[in-house]
Amino acid sequence: MNFDFSDDQKQLRDQARKFLTEKCPPKAVRAVLDGKAPYDKDLWKGLAEMGFLGVAIPEEFGGAGAGHLELCVIAEEMGRANAPVPFSSTVYLAAEALLIAGSDAQKKKWLLAIASGEAIGTLALFEGKGNPSPKTIKLTAANGMLNGVKKPVADGAIADFAVVAARTGSSGRDGDISLFIVDLRAGGVEVKSLTNLDPTRGQAEITFRDCKAEPLGAAGEGWSILTQVLDRAAVLCAFEQVGGSDRALEMGRDYALDRIAFGRQIGSFQAVKHMLADMYVSATLARSNSYYGAWALSTNAAELPEAAAAARISATQAFQHCAKNNIQVHGGMGFTWEFDCHMYYRRANAMALGLGSLSYWEDQLIDRMRKKNAA
Amino acid sequence: MNFDDTLQEAEFRATARAWIAANAPKQYEEELRKSSLGRTQLKNANILEVAKAWQKKKADAGWACLHWPKEYGGRGSSPIERVIWQQEEGPFGQLSRMFIIGHGMCGPTMMAFAREEHKRAYLPPLASGEKVWCQLFSEPAGGSDVAGLRTRAEKDGDDWVINGQKIWTSGAHYSDYGILLTRTDPTVPKHKGLTMFFLDMKSPGVEVRPIKQASGASDFNEVYFTNVRIPDHQRLGEVGDGWNVSLTTLMNERSAIGAAVSTGFPELFEYCSSLMLDDGPAIEDRAVRAKLASWAAKASGLKYTSMRAISALSKGERPGPENSIGKLVAGSMIQDVATYALDLQGAAGVISGAEDSELAGRFQAMLLRAPGTRVEGGTDEIMRNIIAERVLGLPGDIRVDKDVPFNRILTKGRG
Ligand SMILES: Cc1cc2nc3c(=O)[nH]c(=O)nc-3n(C[C@H](O)[C@H](O)[C@H](O)COP(=O)(O)OP(=O)(O)OC[C@H]3O[C@@H](n4cnc5c(N)ncnc54)[C@H](O)[C@@H]3O)c2cc1C
Repeated sequence: MNFDFSDDQKQLRDQARKFLTEKCPPKAVRAVLDGKAPYDKDLWKGLAEMGFLGVAIPEEFGGAGAGHLELCVIAEEMGRANAPVPFSSTVYLAAEALLIAGSDAQKKKWLLAIASGEAIGTLALFEGKGNPSPKTIKLTAANGMLNGVKKPVADGAIADFAVVAARTGSSGRDGDISLFIVDLRAGGVEVKSLTNLDPTRGQAEITFRDCKAEPLGAAGEGWSILTQVLDRAAVLCAFEQVGGSDRALEMGRDYALDRIAFGRQIGSFQAVKHMLADMYVSATLARSNSYYGAWALSTNAAELPEAAAAARISATQAFQHCAKNNIQVHGGMGFTWEFDCHMYYRRANAMALGLGSLSYWEDQLIDRMRKKNAA
Repeated sequence: MNFDDTLQEAEFRATARAWIAANAPKQYEEELRKSSLGRTQLKNANILEVAKAWQKKKADAGWACLHWPKEYGGRGSSPIERVIWQQEEGPFGQLSRMFIIGHGMCGPTMMAFAREEHKRAYLPPLASGEKVWCQLFSEPAGGSDVAGLRTRAEKDGDDWVINGQKIWTSGAHYSDYGILLTRTDPTVPKHKGLTMFFLDMKSPGVEVRPIKQASGASDFNEVYFTNVRIPDHQRLGEVGDGWNVSLTTLMNERSAIGAAVSTGFPELFEYCSSLMLDDGPAIEDRAVRAKLASWAAKASGLKYTSMRAISALSKGERPGPENSIGKLVAGSMIQDVATYALDLQGAAGVISGAEDSELAGRFQAMLLRAPGTRVEGGTDEIMRNIIAERVLGLPGDIRVDKDVPFNRILTKGRG
């Protein structure tokens, strides 16, 4: 047993951190937040050049073929830097769906384009309110044509292609759902940007009208593929959330050391110290759960569904907890646009919803624990 | 990152499993499995005797205090082998809780500070459970503020003469030895005038008076010292250096307690899986599931946090202040879990008798024991201070008694 990343993986983390500190300072995040660009194109290009976009993509499809532990390491740094790029939608969702279910030709085409930074991908799953469930999918696929509306679609306005969940049957069961790949630049697609909690990662509404689509995976297996994609993405997002939690904690700690009130560093007041200690506790629990998730993901262990749900819950809670209390430690300054605290607060709360809400994953975790106990 | 046993680990596991299967006191297995915090008695046997017998059997076969060196009664095992052993020992491991203070705190302190001949004489019978040890730190005037203690030790020839009182000493009523923190110089600031010893609890002048706890049990005691003589060679560390010695104990305490502390979650999950509410099984109720899931994630977070600590240990790193997290999280969690389990029972949750109540009073016992968990071995507040100061690097609390000689500091808040 060894429950830690290897020295090589830690070196990769240092490398990613150094790169992101340089190429993704808060000023770069702000440029996207302020609407100057929909995402940071230079950073995206840089990530491709560093080989980070394809780190878990096999070499034969243009990636570095390193693996998922390496991707986890990079995900943590992406979260730490609050990177304003479509990393999660492209790398965790679209690429993972292709890795799980893509044909050789599909993988060659799209994974290569992802790894090289030429294509942004996303997953078009949600249709308004509600958590992931076959029942919520109304968009239909018939004769290779999609009709319906997806919203919100993460990074939908800048994506080149989407993996779309569609209804192909009417039994009311999981087997009704199939997946498709759609080139979003083709005809029959209408994209509208939506304002959202965290403009550094855009959201869109996509309407498909008699839009040509190519099946991804076997017909009727969409839901089972999606479940796997969401589990993997849950672990990867958890690492981003852990990175964000750590950064928020660090910002709060630094401010507590600098700011003087009543003639003392505010970090010497126990109420402030204890608030920061509690942030450390939740960040640490999330990190440990995420490590377990990383192990399960990288070995494709039978424990993955349960590990992913626990990591997701823990990391969501930790990031929200750290981000909100970081503002509290900063006082009035923390509530200004000028300070960076709100960027993490936005990201924490947006990420809490992106793969299905906390209550959805709580429900999943208990289901999965029961299944394991029954087995 | 790897969770699977190496070849060597698998072999170790198989040997341990076979030995346990052949030797464990199986007649108590079910009772031990169903025991939980606050309820570790055996119905028809004295648990201390059962624990001692099991410990002795383990020691004779080389399975006691696995990570201790062989010459001191251990096995010289790696931290990971220790975890494997705990996994395999399962419910029988509950029995070693009786020795947690001796094995987790006194032993390591002796190993770090006692003379070689004392280590060889005292540690093996501690490892084998033949001799039980206690930790005599806290006093009425010094719990969180350990360094505020008043028990005096005065040099008299080759001996030290001890006078004073300790309190909340767990297991003192059945202990053979204890480690004792005393004040040897009241004229210097409090941290500088302390000295540590170990002593025979049967020494003349030692009087142990059990205290009835809030839970109704009597696991801890007051201990009075009247002209108790301790030979100088039983001193641990230098005269005046007791604070540093005690830090070694406390650091080990946090990892020993932190790793062993229970969260109540497995018990609650099991309960909710079988409990029927008005409109169906509890585990299918949305509100119940949300609570369970949050606690499940906390419990697994703790589990993997200690795995990470063990991985660090096996690479030769020392247990650090981050180990304070275990008790801090588990302590309030078990309290909340017990409260919730009773809430689910409605009015009947109040009934705690083993015969009348659902689950034989398990959660009621847990609830009544839980406040102690949040206090023993450092309160929640002290744990948060440790994390804030020693892990995050925040300023220490302002100390008004800092450079003041001990005999001139305030002793009472009002009047
Ligand atoms: C079940 C149990 C077993 C025990 N076993 C042993 C044992 O075997 N040996 C032994 O030596 N001791 C033992 N203890 C004693 C235990 O270590 C002390 O009770 C504990 O350290 C708290 O000290 P206190 O009781 O004096 O509380 P106090 O220190 O008086 O604390 C009272 C309150 O003030 C708060 N407080 C105190 N100082 C601070 C501060 N600096 N910042 C913020 N808040 C503060 C505390 O958190 C608490 O809420 C045991 C206690 C229990 C409950």
